[in-house]
Amino acid sequence: MYNGAKIIIGLIIFLGLVIFPFIYSGGKATAKPDPKVDTPEILQLPENERKCVESKEYMKKEHMKMLNEWRDWVVRDGVTVYVSTSGKEYNMSLQNTCMKCHSNKEKFCDECHNYTAVNPYCWDCHIKPKEKES
Amino acid sequence: MSMDRREFIKIAGISSLLGLGGVSGVGAIKGRVEASQIKKSPEALQAKRWAMVVDMSKFKTEEDYQVCIDACHRVHNVPHITDNPKHEIKWLWPDTYEHSFPGNEDEYRADKYQHMPFLLLCNHCDNPPCVRVCPTQATFKRKSDGIVMMDMHRCIGCRFCMAGCPYGARSFNYKDPRPYIDESTQNPEFPTRMKGVVEKCTFCYERLAHGLEPACVEAAKEVAAKKGTTPGLVFGDLEDPNSEVRKILSERFTIRRKPDLGTGPSVYYII
Amino acid sequence: MLEQAINGGRRYWVWIFFLLGVIGVGFLAYIYQFKMGLGVTGMSRDVSWGLYIGQFTFLVGVAASGVMVVLPYYLHDYKKFGRLTILGEFLAIAAVIMCMLFIFVDLGQPLRVLNVILHPTPNSVMFYDMLVLSGYLFLNILIGWTVLGAERKEVAPAKWVKPLIILSIAWAPSIHTVTAFLYAGIPGRHFWLTAILAARFLASAFAGGPALLIILALIVRKYTKFDPGKEAIQSLGKIVTYCMLLNVFFLGLELFTAFYSQIPGHMHAFQYLYAGYHGHNQLVPIMWVSSILALIAVVMLVFPQIRRNESLLAVACLATFFSLWIDKGFGLVVGGFVPNPFHKITEYWPTLPEALITLAIWAIGFLILTVLYKIAISVKEEVVFDKYGEKQIKAE
Repeated sequence: MYNGAKIIIGLIIFLGLVIFPFIYSGGKATAKPDPKVDTPEILQLPENERKCVESKEYMKKEHMKMLNEWRDWVVRDGVTVYVSTSGKEYNMSLQNTCMKCHSNKEKFCDECHNYTAVNPYCWDCHIKPKEKES
Repeated sequence: MSMDRREFIKIAGISSLLGLGGVSGVGAIKGRVEASQIKKSPEALQAKRWAMVVDMSKFKTEEDYQVCIDACHRVHNVPHITDNPKHEIKWLWPDTYEHSFPGNEDEYRADKYQHMPFLLLCNHCDNPPCVRVCPTQATFKRKSDGIVMMDMHRCIGCRFCMAGCPYGARSFNYKDPRPYIDESTQNPEFPTRMKGVVEKCTFCYERLAHGLEPACVEAAKEVAAKKGTTPGLVFGDLEDPNSEVRKILSERFTIRRKPDLGTGPSVYYII
Repeated sequence: MLEQAINGGRRYWVWIFFLLGVIGVGFLAYIYQFKMGLGVTGMSRDVSWGLYIGQFTFLVGVAASGVMVVLPYYLHDYKKFGRLTILGEFLAIAAVIMCMLFIFVDLGQPLRVLNVILHPTPNSVMFYDMLVLSGYLFLNILIGWTVLGAERKEVAPAKWVKPLIILSIAWAPSIHTVTAFLYAGIPGRHFWLTAILAARFLASAFAGGPALLIILALIVRKYTKFDPGKEAIQSLGKIVTYCMLLNVFFLGLELFTAFYSQIPGHMHAFQYLYAGYHGHNQLVPIMWVSSILALIAVVMLVFPQIRRNESLLAVACLATFFSLWIDKGFGLVVGGFVPNPFHKITEYWPTLPEALITLAIWAIGFLILTVLYKIAISVKEEVVFDKYGEKQIKAE
């Protein structure tokens, strides 16, 4: 083929670049994220009250959107009370509601975020709760 | 079928546009949340138009006003930037008469008035130029109570509002503020800001939402209680004829900063 | 047509790589600014806009000035500008891109820039500025490319281009009027709060932009086989003359209102810029350089014997361009913030990172300009024009 040498060398470089990440990570599978919910604040609650604002499945899928909505409701509309589907009322605040129970950002939030390489900028402003020995 | 380059690019372009448009269209329809799930807190303080009266007779020494400034700056994690005055951030601060009311200079004004420590802050104007110029509505006037708010999440840091404010009430985070906040005294219930956004006094909207008065007003009340006088800062609803601020305005002569600009400031000063 | 951009001689490539070098250095400076924040610039709580916004303001004027060539040619059939229109349109493209880059590097949260589109705000002049600049860029790219492509094929451009050209003629003054509105409606900044600010902007734009275009045309004539035309350059010179006179006149009007009324708010910014105020006089030297350059330019331009001499015209155009660059690209913005709303003075001077980033954006502009001009001139050289603007048969 025309320019055969250049094409083959180019292909080899391309393949090298594509395979590089897999070789670099040593081929070991990264552990499945395991967010821990055994913070002192949660353990203090009786077992049947250890519920988040919404169900675990809902929060897993929708917490990003929910936090965005909370932000707009609190900051832009001046509304602060959220009535969850269970009927319970919560103050809409990442720092003062979510993190009051989930006070272990590194073992909870960061578990999934690191695994999916997501870097939400919440923590540039919202103060992380101090990690306690659980 | 044969296709030339131009036709291929046309088809690819239109398909992408349709694809993107379709995705956002479907997303917009899918993402409805029932509005009945939220409500205002019953303990929130409400008003049609919040305003403040500063009684200068209560601010004589630095102690008198510094306690208000400290309360505000501590509750809101305002950084204390000392290494470069150009980057300072202040939500509430003092200045003399001729700097608070420029254009009113008079060399024959009595010293006691020239050196009065006027507490300056955002005036939460009724007709705010900063809101008019903001290209993203990151700063906006709350319809419910007239507070000129800051949405730190939306601010792109263009600083048009800083140019627009005739009162110099706004500060910009020229660098990361966190190194300048004392971690031991920071308020863990209120966020800090990050570099690249504008900030200012927000009449403690987050405290009002939980039934508390602004931090500076509360501090002034404590000082007054200790001294046995009336507070130097009075906060209330300008559109409620029975509010304390309206009472003061009906009895005392007050001035506002640069009223001739038509901004309608909500901060009044009793000299 | 794009392939013409990589068909260059040694001089071309040396210039391109020089520009790339400047851009590289500036890019590193921008990474530093992005990481550390805008505190690496000389801006402050009081002077919250500086060199970046000043350069943006100046370059909107340069971009708008393309209309000074397009309008006579398309609306009044002034054939002599036939060889200049594409140069004017491509200059507009480079200038608008520079404007957008200056805005981007000035933002505290540049990654959120799309918020201006996601949350449209019809009451904000900046929203309209974004719209008109984007529209103008799109118009110029579409018109320039289509007309040039048609010329290359030696046919008349498609009929739909004409209404777009008319639109661009109306659009050009509007981009600079909207930019003036950024300043002219701000209460409390008395240096800017003048009804004639938009008029001043347009006058200085239509002096500075064509001045640059004349210099570029002379460079093109020197280094390529393409000659934009002696009469075209002379006509453009007359436009620069009248607009510069108008510009100086408008400054006189401002000075009269400020100093005859003796209103402190109106006088103070001028005092700070030209004489120093309360001991602060950092900007006085360069403001006087700007004024003296303007005076030299006006004197040289007014006399036809001087103006007709192309080397002297070039000097006059350089003087015009740099005078306006200082005045609009720096003095205008800083003057609005000094004195501050408390009648105190915080001075401003750009820092090294700020200067490097600014230089890099100018280099990007010149890179785009070089590439576009290379393409345009390659096309035009092939379809050779003689000095009467007539097409010659290609020598083959």
